[in-house]
Amino acid sequence: MGAFGPNPEKVRPLLAQGQVLAIQGNYEESLAAGREDCNCGYTDPRDNHFAEISYRYTERNCSPEFKAWMGTLPQRRRVRVGEHELLLVHGSPRRINEFLFHSTSPVPFLEVLLDQNRCDALLATHTGLHWHRRLPSGRDVINVGVIGRPANDGQTHVWYSMIEAREEGLGVELVPLAYDHLGLAAEMRSEGLPEEFVETVLTGWWTTCLEILPARERAASRF
Amino acid sequence: MSSPEVALQSLDTLWFQVGGTVCNLACTHCFVSCSPTNHTHEMLALAEVRRYLDEAARLGVREYYFTGGEPFLNPEMETILAATLEVGPATVLTNGLLLDPGRCARLKALADASDYSLDFRVSLDGWDATSNDPIRGEGTFERILAGIRNLHAAGLNPVITVTEVCEGTAGDAGKERFFTLLRSLGIERPRLKILPVFRIGAEAERGGAYESWQRLREGEAPDGGWDHLQCSSCRMVTDQGVWVCPILVNEPEAKMGETLADTLGDFPLEHPACWTCHVYGVSCRT
Ligand code: SF4
Ligand code: SF4
Repeated sequence: MGAFGPNPEKVRPLLAQGQVLAIQGNYEESLAAGREDCNCGYTDPRDNHFAEISYRYTERNCSPEFKAWMGTLPQRRRVRVGEHELLLVHGSPRRINEFLFHSTSPVPFLEVLLDQNRCDALLATHTGLHWHRRLPSGRDVINVGVIGRPANDGQTHVWYSMIEAREEGLGVELVPLAYDHLGLAAEMRSEGLPEEFVETVLTGWWTTCLEILPARERAASRF
Repeated sequence: MSSPEVALQSLDTLWFQVGGTVCNLACTHCFVSCSPTNHTHEMLALAEVRRYLDEAARLGVREYYFTGGEPFLNPEMETILAATLEVGPATVLTNGLLLDPGRCARLKALADASDYSLDFRVSLDGWDATSNDPIRGEGTFERILAGIRNLHAAGLNPVITVTEVCEGTAGDAGKERFFTLLRSLGIERPRLKILPVFRIGAEAERGGAYESWQRLREGEAPDGGWDHLQCSSCRMVTDQGVWVCPILVNEPEAKMGETLADTLGDFPLEHPACWTCHVYGVSCRT
């Protein structure tokens, strides 16, 4: 709900109006628990520097009620779509801040993870990069993407996923979403967020948190 | 006082001592004491690697690391990588000396053909010949840089790993010197990892061995237990069986079995090197 962008409190009424079911991510967990850091899982000092700026900003700009509500959210949800049992988590079923990148989440690993967690599809996010892998067993793993930051591909739109039951199995569609990114950039500047973050919104390329990217995702990146 | 035990949370990372203990260098800080004549562990053959890859896939291993010695001394190394990249991402730790342009082009083709990441770590122990060569050997600085250049020219961007033997590396100024060096090679997005030294093997003679107080003790576990140690999620395959981790391959008591299934149990953190892992937060993550 918070992290990179401005004015996290604006999210709350939108979730309520849309009756959106949410789960806890590492941000929500940390904010609710009053932790000192976002527990994003970065190792590089530059990444941690910028992670701290966004965490402090979010921390300051969320009301105590909002934070308390975050603490009531579950860390996983099971949703039935047609015949399919979906498991929704933030990072992975094992850890709230585990990174599931496409190039480092191999098929045998995912098959075992789904066996252990008894589901037909696993939906995760956290990395900021969307992908979908249909496993040989017919099950699906989807990194659903994020709507708070573009996907480091030089495009300003953000991504979400549409999941539906279809005759032939689970329908998975990764959907790009254009929005008023110039308006967001202006809002970020007026809130005093770092120019590095604004640049990402304006160009679609990440300028921070690059150290966590595996070789393949890093090679596709501009910085 | 007795030593604490570390549980294997999940076998995520499988290492292969693919080059054995044979190396074309004999660095003064090598904690495995590798050299051209050290045959304590021999190179792994493709067939052996395949057998472990099959077992690893059944267990849901997430990533594979290759080390030695020098992996590229193994004549089957490229085929081994191709086989690995069919089941998961691979990272090779190399000294960079055998990375000629032809090999780099083939490695790039392997990376492009896989769904999974292929990554490289090249060891360097100084920002010039004066700092690096006394540790890694006469003339190695220029040869390592040539290897890094060749990888970069082929479109592969390695992580440069530096140990704290090179004085001043751990501070920001030291890191900046490496970044400057790498940028001067035309690498716009330099990647760097600093590693602590393990005071065992050749390093025990160079820098001194562990002192008796440098041990982990029961009751010292941090809040999250010992899950921050890499042995809570890794194992190491050599030609002689499966070891607990890539650091203790010269310790007979760190051998846990012949198959991966033999090695899924707890391990006592008795060795002083375990102290370094804990205190410095050693992980294989970049
Ligand atoms: S540190 Fe690496 S390059 Fe040096 S001798 Fe040991 S294995 Fe070889
Ligand atoms: S040396 Fe490090 S990785 Fe190996 S068993 Fe000890 S703590 Fe674990």
